[in-house]
Amino acid sequence: MISGFILRALEGKIVIAAGILLAVAMLVPALNLLTPPDSAFHIPTYVMALMGKYLCYALLALALDLVWGYCGILSLGHGAFFALGGYAMGMYLMRQIGSRGTYGNPDLPDFMVFLNWKELPWFWYGFDMFPFAMLMVLVVPGLLAFFFGWFAFRSRVNGVYLSIITQAMTYALMLAFFRNDMGFGGNNGLTDFKDILGFQVQAGGTRAVLFAMSAIMLALCLIVASAITRSKFGKVLVGVRDAESRVRFLGFRVENIKLFTFVVSAMFAGIAGALFVPQVGIINPGEFAPANSIEVVVWTAVGGRGTLIGPIIGAILVNAGKSYFTGAFPEFWLFALGGLFIAVTLFLPKGIVGTIQHGWNARKALKAAAEAEKGRDAGTPPVTQQVQAAE
Amino acid sequence: MNTIAETRTKSLLYLEDVSVSFDGFKAINSLSLVIEPGELRAIIGPNGAGKTTMMDIITGKTRPDTGKVIFEDEIDLTKKDEADIAQLGIGRKFQKPTVFESHTVWDNLELALNRSRGVFATLFYTLSAEDKSRIEEILSTIRMTHRAHEYAANLSHGQKQWLEIGMLLAQEPKLLLVDEPVAGMTDAETAETAILLREIAKTRSVVVVEHDMGFIRDLGVKVTCLAEGSVLAEGSIDFVSSDPKVIENYLGR
Repeated sequence: MISGFILRALEGKIVIAAGILLAVAMLVPALNLLTPPDSAFHIPTYVMALMGKYLCYALLALALDLVWGYCGILSLGHGAFFALGGYAMGMYLMRQIGSRGTYGNPDLPDFMVFLNWKELPWFWYGFDMFPFAMLMVLVVPGLLAFFFGWFAFRSRVNGVYLSIITQAMTYALMLAFFRNDMGFGGNNGLTDFKDILGFQVQAGGTRAVLFAMSAIMLALCLIVASAITRSKFGKVLVGVRDAESRVRFLGFRVENIKLFTFVVSAMFAGIAGALFVPQVGIINPGEFAPANSIEVVVWTAVGGRGTLIGPIIGAILVNAGKSYFTGAFPEFWLFALGGLFIAVTLFLPKGIVGTIQHGWNARKALKAAAEAEKGRDAGTPPVTQQVQAAE
Repeated sequence: MNTIAETRTKSLLYLEDVSVSFDGFKAINSLSLVIEPGELRAIIGPNGAGKTTMMDIITGKTRPDTGKVIFEDEIDLTKKDEADIAQLGIGRKFQKPTVFESHTVWDNLELALNRSRGVFATLFYTLSAEDKSRIEEILSTIRMTHRAHEYAANLSHGQKQWLEIGMLLAQEPKLLLVDEPVAGMTDAETAETAILLREIAKTRSVVVVEHDMGFIRDLGVKVTCLAEGSVLAEGSIDFVSSDPKVIENYLGR
């Protein structure tokens, strides 16, 4: 049963994509660590860090695609789940600083000392343990998605209204996390990380492992997403997107279907955030900004929603473009992004991968038709002739 | 003549004194209706007579303000939602054909199949030999075996209507509610649909809402005429169509 579920996921394109990701996970760190800096094959650390960031964004886009591309829920607040996963990781990294902070307090992170707090708030308990923190990376975004989805889907909030409340959710969280007395570092967020699992965060080897983990987690989540979408559940999901009332009248509980997908997607986003934070070295409330979540929608649309590979390609391409543009013509980036979204909506509504897939299928259909035609010419006479002969 | 208590004991669907109003407009006005097991019933009436609203009430989309809606003598449908009611065995075909256009005909039927519909049951579902033969059987009933692997989006209007009927069959309902099945069909398709519905009604109850009087004559079943939210006349097509109130309200002089 379970093996069937996983085996179904391993369709050609997914295997290739996961294989490429695993190769990248090994090759890029190897080229970074093992080649001398003046070699033509050397990948500088800053490039690897940048690529690691793109992979985290790709995982976030994949998460959004699961709810938007397959289930039709346009979430404009997925950045919130990403940021919460990031904060869970950030809290673990803060606790690892120990007495090496500016104030040298062994029990409290610097910002708490600065706020004159005497003891650790209860919600920071346990975050000094890596397994607990990793559990929270999944549980916190998952719980938020569960409660949010429970109310929204049960009350049948749909379409634009749902998009607006997801946007409101991430905005509200941003405002809350900006407050110092929330206990998450306020405006400055969490930063100045030292160790992860006893290894220096900034060390070359640690960076390489973090990069490799990003690629591996992306590959794993891709396979899980593929298993979900290729199961009967995945077909129901597309049914919900295309004809929700039909699904309901067939006897499916649409709210449960949406809730499950939303929670899985939020967990994917949480993982992406947790991998992102140690690689960029900071998490602050800016990650909750509504504009961030909207950017994820653009990546997914550019790559092709409703395909699993599309959002990954979209996230990497758009962010590579962003890195280039913000370096070369910083003032034009936002215009380029806006223009890109309009262009994709107008000319490539299926996105890059969707359009390629569509063209490929059309060509295959044409070929099959031509083949059938040929077979008919060579072998049996066309139906009309047969009918005439029979008459 | 039967008293209401007597008819209740053998009814599949029983509506008594059901009323619902939207913003003061009485869409259904103390409607009573009994469908017996194995019955094929046609419902006619002018636009706004409450035909679709009645289906909404039976399938749980709309809650009535007052009245009883009882399924199989004991289940109160007014307390259930769409998914519950569908699982109890009431299938519904919409006025506009509603199929999953980005799935193949086969997948449409597979989704409709009356199997466990939970999240995890569907995640780990694998097509069994039994389910496969059931889908093949339905494909031949709706005459679409040769198009099984075609995307539903590529079907003609009439074929979509049939596919939707096939999906309802896959659901194995005890009661099938069919809203205007022959709207937009050619004459040949209409005649075939009448044959199909009569065949389906051999094993379950079917309620058909239709405007096409020729089609209802083809079906040759008991007819209920609704107007302004309540029953105007009930009986054979000849009886109903000669009723002066029906002529006045619906058929026109």
